[in-house]
Amino acid sequence: MRRFRTYHQVLHDTGSRILEQVLEQRARLERRLSPVRAVVAVLSGKGGVGKSAITANLAAALTERGARVGALDADLNGPSLARMLGVRPGPLTDGEDGVEPARGVLGIRVMSMDLLQPDEAPLRWRAPEGDGFIWRGVAETGVLREFLSDVAWGELDYLLVDVPPGTDRIARLLELVPRPGQTLLITTPAEISRFVVAKSARLLIDAGVSPIGLVANMIAHPRQGAPEPPRTAADALVDETGLPLWGAIPFDANLAERTDRGLPFVLASPEADAARALRALAERIEHEAGGRPS
Amino acid sequence: MKFLCLQCDQVMAFAERQIPGDGTLAAVFTCPGCGHEMAMLTNPMETQLVSSLGVRIGGRTVPEQPFELTRTQLSETRPDAFAEPEPVAQTVRWDSDATERLARVPSFVRGMVKRIYADWARDNGIALITPQIMDRARAELGLEGM
Repeated sequence: MRRFRTYHQVLHDTGSRILEQVLEQRARLERRLSPVRAVVAVLSGKGGVGKSAITANLAAALTERGARVGALDADLNGPSLARMLGVRPGPLTDGEDGVEPARGVLGIRVMSMDLLQPDEAPLRWRAPEGDGFIWRGVAETGVLREFLSDVAWGELDYLLVDVPPGTDRIARLLELVPRPGQTLLITTPAEISRFVVAKSARLLIDAGVSPIGLVANMIAHPRQGAPEPPRTAADALVDETGLPLWGAIPFDANLAERTDRGLPFVLASPEADAARALRALAERIEHEAGGRPS
Repeated sequence: MKFLCLQCDQVMAFAERQIPGDGTLAAVFTCPGCGHEMAMLTNPMETQLVSSLGVRIGGRTVPEQPFELTRTQLSETRPDAFAEPEPVAQTVRWDSDATERLARVPSFVRGMVKRIYADWARDNGIALITPQIMDRARAELGLEGM
């Protein structure tokens, strides 16, 4: 029987230098993110918990506090962040330093698949039919890498990344940004959210991600005169994971309605309880990042 | 991946790459010791997997372009997603046939393709880009699919 050497024992490359190409991709990403003070991942694992609306409102609230903010919509299949930040699709510009991001309300820098595809088009690839399950995840990770590394984000205090549902999507982001500056784990008072978000928490903790702040969205307004608010599955999640609760945002039907129309709620209804809670969360993020940007 | 010539115990070197059709990628490797040649043919799924990684078999002759994967792999794109590139002081000119051919490139990738051809022409001391020059650059740079 022949005895073969291993791949690494055979020293020479065929000339493709695949490893060098991959390392260059990583280096580009690191160079791009080096002037960003904190990448803030907004994720849940569960769909429909309000990640995108929270991301859009935090972007606006942080900008109001004087920060330079970028917002990246990592949801390639169901992009919504650009519209929530008031961006309407229009030509992007190829600049010397990469693709110039679109500008949303308050000048927030935005990149989303929404800006590249026709409104009604689902995410599809120029590829033969069949076997898509083998390469589709690789292609989506590649596009996310390009959104991170090829956009001329410039100097930012915060780059908020709106991560789509599914723990696999969280893992994909961590492949590219293994140590986000901060991670917000969004849940709701529903038991089913606790069940799913607990899995995401475990994934993040096992990956060594820190700090992670839980955010309970759509909580009931406290009843006047009630001794204390009723315990929910979000409180159980805090106990179960040991993660701190960074924010609790009361349910407000207008939050989604206003934000969906391209005007973040913190700007449209600044006095509402939910807007106050979102601003308090922005303040917490700022605190975690070491204070207000100079 | 590496290919080992069993006769010479040497790693075979990349020599040529083509996309002959049907989603096949053909890459030719040669043994530096005995000159033996072999062609690797990938099926469409394997070709797509390599493309999705953003790497090029045979190595890169031009650096990876911004949004290269996004621009070349999405099936449906907004026609106005990217602004027409600003006219810049041209050291390289395009003849009318080359201009016409460039105009047929989808606008989504046109700016990137134009820059790649112009950079290649400049690097090779070519002042006028013609369709023949575009073919040469395309083959040399491995721009299949662009």
